[in-house]
Amino acid sequence: MGLALLAIIWLITFVSTYFFVAKTWWLPHGVSTSAAFIDHQFALTYVLMGIVFVAAQCSLGYLVWKYRDRPGAEPVKYSHGNTTLELVWTTLTAVLFIGLNLMGANVWASERFDPAGPGAVPVEVTGMQFAWYFRYPGLDGTFGRTNPKLMDPSAGNEAAVGLDTTDPAAKDDVVTGTMYLPVGRQVDLTLRAVDVIHSFFIPQMRFKQDAVPGLAIHMHFTPTEIGEYEIACAELCGLGHYKMHGMVHVVSQEDFDKWLAAREAEKQ
Amino acid sequence: MVAQEAHAHQGPQGFIRKYIFSLDHKVIGLQYYFLALVAVFVGMFLSLLMRFHMIWPTAVLPLVGEIKPETYLQLLTMHGTIMVFFVLTTAPQGGFGNYFLPIQIGAPDMAFPVLNMLSFWTTFVAFIVILAAFFVTGGAPLHGWTGYAPLSALTNSGPGEQLGADLWITSIAIFCVASLMGALNFITTTLDMRAKGMTMMRMPLTVWSWFVTAILGLLAFGVLLSAGILLLLDRNLGTSFYVPLVVVNGQIMGHKGGSPLLWQHLFWFFGHPEVYIAILPGMGVASQLLSTFSRKPIFGYRAMVYAIMGIGFLGFMVWGHHMFMSGMSPYTAFSFSIMTMAIGVPSAIKTFNWLGTIYHGKVRFQTPMLYAIGFVSLFVSGGLSGPFLAQPVLDIPLHDTAFVVGHFHLIMGVAAIFGMFAGTYYWFPKMFGRMMNETWGRVHFVITLIGTYCIFMPMHYLGMAAQPRRYSQFTELAYLQHLLPLNRFITIAAIITIGAQFIFLINLFWSMFKGPKASDNPWEATTLEWTTATPPPHDNFGGVTPVVYHGPYEYSVPGAAKDYIMQTDPAGVTAH
Repeated sequence: MGLALLAIIWLITFVSTYFFVAKTWWLPHGVSTSAAFIDHQFALTYVLMGIVFVAAQCSLGYLVWKYRDRPGAEPVKYSHGNTTLELVWTTLTAVLFIGLNLMGANVWASERFDPAGPGAVPVEVTGMQFAWYFRYPGLDGTFGRTNPKLMDPSAGNEAAVGLDTTDPAAKDDVVTGTMYLPVGRQVDLTLRAVDVIHSFFIPQMRFKQDAVPGLAIHMHFTPTEIGEYEIACAELCGLGHYKMHGMVHVVSQEDFDKWLAAREAEKQ
Repeated sequence: MVAQEAHAHQGPQGFIRKYIFSLDHKVIGLQYYFLALVAVFVGMFLSLLMRFHMIWPTAVLPLVGEIKPETYLQLLTMHGTIMVFFVLTTAPQGGFGNYFLPIQIGAPDMAFPVLNMLSFWTTFVAFIVILAAFFVTGGAPLHGWTGYAPLSALTNSGPGEQLGADLWITSIAIFCVASLMGALNFITTTLDMRAKGMTMMRMPLTVWSWFVTAILGLLAFGVLLSAGILLLLDRNLGTSFYVPLVVVNGQIMGHKGGSPLLWQHLFWFFGHPEVYIAILPGMGVASQLLSTFSRKPIFGYRAMVYAIMGIGFLGFMVWGHHMFMSGMSPYTAFSFSIMTMAIGVPSAIKTFNWLGTIYHGKVRFQTPMLYAIGFVSLFVSGGLSGPFLAQPVLDIPLHDTAFVVGHFHLIMGVAAIFGMFAGTYYWFPKMFGRMMNETWGRVHFVITLIGTYCIFMPMHYLGMAAQPRRYSQFTELAYLQHLLPLNRFITIAAIITIGAQFIFLINLFWSMFKGPKASDNPWEATTLEWTTATPPPHDNFGGVTPVVYHGPYEYSVPGAAKDYIMQTDPAGVTAH
């Protein structure tokens, strides 16, 4: 049984590790400025934890086999432990874990502690069962008023978020069901939810943030590649959770301006 | 210890007082155990339906019919709730703890036998109430076991959010009351009922883990109880603790000024210690068994005790790591994150010490030991994905994906269950006077170990590839399509693994009646439960008050006659 156990534990270890190393399934291709850092931190954590994983599992398998009870086995070494060893591995683990943690602090802080820079594209994201809406403030750069009493999800877009058209600042606000962003420019996001908690998740942007009723959460990120990327909802929001998806089109600045102008024109 | 005299009474003879409304901690322990056994099969069946639906969304299943997306979420909610409360909290602590804590410290019963009976029957009522949620109009709630408000606080946020959700939170509240009573009893018993010579530092590590678990329960369940009552008020009396002004499907609800994050803070203030409530008893059992079956003292007994306390203490300071993406202040993320990493340190100490215990031992591969070894393997695997999730910056891609599901199932699900299997195979002879079948035990072990790895390891890959959790199907997002084969693999592994659990079930019941008779100390172990008759008499030691002379893990002591010295053995001087 000792040998069988060794074989099983080692097999599980090597097969699991193979799929990590071969990157058969991996993080999707990253397309934002923070992706490179997050992916690097992920890879680093993963190499360190991988080493510990293989070492611990292999020694477990080896030890139970090596010290199995059998005729002629060496006598048991009576011992209650070793304080020096105990201190060594406690310190090593503490340094490893806490060190890893501090390394990731910068990226976390830059997206959250500081406001978006000047020239960022303001977009308001609103989550509701089961759709995402995106609002652009238009030429005046100011978001107009919204009113919960005016919300009509069945009508979609401007009506869905309850845009109050009596407010002059709301006149040129554009609300869409698909997100458009210019490449290489920071996006100044405001996240809202009207009914329950949703989570705005763009896997390829390495972006995720809950949208919470009653809160307006500010975040910023910068897309780096032109393309179309899927948006998912990452917080259980009801029976349609699995189909609450959207698209973000990252386009050139020129195409972005054209698209926005066309949407403005449609409104007139 | 004065209280002991009061318990030395004759056991009741009538069937009802002896087996139903029993005051005997051993009977109550078995009642908890069998309640958890029913619950685990219910929970497992629900997960099987979920796995079916994920890969065959349109399939019509016999008995259940068509599973709609909302049905899937109801299964998910009930699976999580039943497993966490009625299995992971009930069996290791209520079951084994109740049965063996008093015996292992040399007490004739729990400190408060009537309270003990009450806490079991209250748990039982909670279980009936949660099952009832399936059968009311609208069915069970769909808000997940975490019940995030406002989804859980509004009655029109989805199917099952009417009476079903009320029953769900009521059941949890009742469960909290039961757990509080149980926790008080465990703490008092450990502090006050120890036999002569059973100092704290001579207690088996199982007793330490049950004791610290009880303290966690006492501090955590009170918070959940309050949180649950507030949720009931929001749902039924129109208060707004958790709900701000919200508009559901164009309709303005009557709430104002509540905070959805408040629920999350209260819930996880309970929820994270709950993880340790589930796993600490497993750690205790693993320590006990690794020492016993390696015929060697546990490596670093004191370090193990401090690690249990450290885990318990730090466990209360890390709840915010569930909320990095929640909109909570990003500054607090740092402290929660550092604390979370810090809790990895005592966990690592335990792992090293388990390996150190085997090192230069003489390992006997009986079924209980196999499960203890499996526990260590799963604890390592499940634990090492922790440092990913503990980093806020890595939570950005990983939070609420299948990676998290794989992580917590390995560590607090399967590892804890392995602790229960180990406990079952180990203590079965003492509880029922017969041995379980070794061959079928091994078959069950091999399939379960490989099977659970096949289910939960691939979930890490799925999570890395950004598959969100709690999705009933993967048809809507294009990037999830290439993950379907892996999901199919998991489902097949789940069917096989769940099938193998019937081997255990049959072995359990068959051995109860037909297994070979067990001796009083079949594993040649040292702790007090192995000094008494099998099964133990009503007052545990048949009128004798045990006196303890040694620590719990005196194996292979040089110069001793046998390779183990019972804790109650007045001779057999130890080497230290």
